[in-house]
Amino acid sequence: MTAASTPLAMFRTVVGVGMLCALLIVGVYEATALRIADNEARALESAVLEVLPQAKQLRSIALSAGRQIVDAEPADQPLPAFLGYDDQGDLVGAAITAAGMGYQDTIEVIYAYSFEGSKIVGMRVLQSLETPGLGTRIETDPDFTANFDALDVAVNAAGSGLRNPLTTVPQGTKTEAWQIDAITGATVSSEAVGDLLNQSAQLWVPVLVRDAIQLMRLADREEQP
Amino acid sequence: MRKTLEIASSPHVASGASVELIMRNVVYALLPVVAFAVFAFGLAALLVILTATLACVGTEHACNRLAGRESTLGDGSVVITGLLYGLVLPPALPLWMVAVGGIFGVGVGKFLFGGLGANAFNPALVGRAFLQAAFPGAMTYWSPAFTPGRFSELPGSILTLPFAEPAFDAVTAATPLSALKFRDTGTEMADLALGLTSGSVGETCAVLILAGGVYLVARNMMNWRIPVAILATVALMSLVAGAVAPGAYPDPAFMLFSGGLMLGAVYMATDPVASPITNAGCWLYGLLIGALVVVIRFWGGMPEGVMYAILLANAVSPHIDNVIQPRVYGTAR
Amino acid sequence: MSNPSTDDFVRGLWRQNPVFVQLLGLCPALAVSNSAINSLTMGLATSFVLLASGLVISSIRSWVPADVRIVTYICIIASFVTCVDFTIKAISLELHKSLGAFISLIVVNCLILGRAESFASRNTPVRAVLDALGMGAGFTVSLLLIGSVREILGSGTLFGMAVLPAGFQTWTVMILPSGGFFVLALWLLIINRWQQAAERTGSPAAEGAGK
Repeated sequence: MTAASTPLAMFRTVVGVGMLCALLIVGVYEATALRIADNEARALESAVLEVLPQAKQLRSIALSAGRQIVDAEPADQPLPAFLGYDDQGDLVGAAITAAGMGYQDTIEVIYAYSFEGSKIVGMRVLQSLETPGLGTRIETDPDFTANFDALDVAVNAAGSGLRNPLTTVPQGTKTEAWQIDAITGATVSSEAVGDLLNQSAQLWVPVLVRDAIQLMRLADREEQP
Repeated sequence: MRKTLEIASSPHVASGASVELIMRNVVYALLPVVAFAVFAFGLAALLVILTATLACVGTEHACNRLAGRESTLGDGSVVITGLLYGLVLPPALPLWMVAVGGIFGVGVGKFLFGGLGANAFNPALVGRAFLQAAFPGAMTYWSPAFTPGRFSELPGSILTLPFAEPAFDAVTAATPLSALKFRDTGTEMADLALGLTSGSVGETCAVLILAGGVYLVARNMMNWRIPVAILATVALMSLVAGAVAPGAYPDPAFMLFSGGLMLGAVYMATDPVASPITNAGCWLYGLLIGALVVVIRFWGGMPEGVMYAILLANAVSPHIDNVIQPRVYGTAR
Repeated sequence: MSNPSTDDFVRGLWRQNPVFVQLLGLCPALAVSNSAINSLTMGLATSFVLLASGLVISSIRSWVPADVRIVTYICIIASFVTCVDFTIKAISLELHKSLGAFISLIVVNCLILGRAESFASRNTPVRAVLDALGMGAGFTVSLLLIGSVREILGSGTLFGMAVLPAGFQTWTVMILPSGGFFVLALWLLIINRWQQAAERTGSPAAEGAGK
């Protein structure tokens, strides 16, 4: 019933099956690749619009090594960032993804930056594996998410970083606009969110403020040579 | 009346220390702790301890009936389990959760392993560990101690309907350990020792717990090596940590008198079934618990680690017995 | 004994249920059964791989030399798993994210290689398909049973829809990995008692139980 185990038969079977399998995988990949890319783009876009609802048009950007803002494909970026413009092409804000180590695994968030008053005006958790019921309160606790409705990220005089680094403080002790009220019982997760936001804002906000004039209008950029 | 010839293995000389007698004395030793708990947290603590004891006793009875076994209520061991279980719960925990944990602790932690004398883990701590995993929010809500109205009114959460989500009062207190871990604030040493702080129902008054332990040791009803090993390890490790990095870690006295360490070391870790048999084994077991407590408190995400430390050491204790076996007299080394 | 083709199908569903009787494939059964939708997706994905690989392996069984059969089977199984992985990603990224690495790990689910080795490689394609359908259905139903209990108690919902009144205290432990063990043990208890009772009374369900 079974074929004899001659070297040739074994070679023929393994290579034959391997090739057929490879063909199958390539076929399915080709058939699904577009849908998958589309899904990923849409998931990201809906997250952006959630934190930056006023935006009607998005410009995907990245920070170059020389700390310059350049155009980029969101799919190529580990942490994509966007500038949001309204219907008239006027800048309404930036949406930036940031990631950092949480209690169990990396937490990934997206936050909205408003040029007016230099504030973080919204934050959504994109991905986290925090403990259900405790760490997941960074997504669900209204008191905690309220921290990010207007979080001060003003730039220092030298333009090199934030005037006041974002700090996480114990629940109920927030006194300054740049402090984040932690969740009692989920301090590690709260601090993780605070730290990753601080890191990302220290990097992005000074550059955004510096280039704000050039970024003001979406159309201007296209007219430039 | 059954007329059977009783055949028992050695030892044949009875010391008079029956299970009942020991258990009765443990209850005596616990009574001051219970009384202080009620004094500090009022009616809420009384209800929690009562519910816990009733849940444990009821579960034991029901399990025995289901399995068609003789009732083991008479020896009092399950009453101790219930009392201890009640003492390690937060004072404003909804009573239905108290009952759920008690049923789980005795049903799964004790009975599924074979009942009295066969439990691998301390049933009271199994119940608490289950609650900690099931209801982490409710299990980390600490109500303040010595509130003025504690004898006349109950916290709103405690009488929550079964399976409903409790609504906790806005006023919350931090335990000394969580205050240290999350707010970086210490607690007065005298408050800690006398139990003027917030915490689990019966863990706050270290002095009374110690006194009960001394009573049991004096009556030769508890293996003193286990608590001594635990407390010594904790003190020594925090002393060394303090010497290596001054100010970075709490001092030994704070470590000893805060949280559930005293209650755990004196009453939980000494569970005669779930701890090792030999004296050398007990030293090793205590050392392990102490080390785990320090590691969890210093470097863990949780403020307190006594419960998990004891449960982990419970799991290891049969292996400790295996490794440290007394040499049978007359055999080769 | 009843009709052999129904027997091939029913065996996996009940008497030799992969999760509750054979205790195979417990890793995904415990890890991704924290909600009903995850359970269903995992069950269907595993069933598809079982079915496709069973059909192919049974069809080519006379050409595969015994010495290289395992590597051939694994190659075929892995290809189908990769296809499932792409397909789920194309259907819903959200779902793919919540199942995580466990889709790729279907490759090492001992249930699939076990059926390939012990059944598909020795029987006709028709019987292999019936067997795969039965085992796949048994696996899916088992996961759904575990996942429904865990989701109802852990989140108060079933397939994302609220089934318990508002204000229900959710049992976080049920979503945590330990909840998987508790619920699996509970179902094992219930189903084994049921099968034992059926065996004693000699009902048809127990016919030929234990292989």
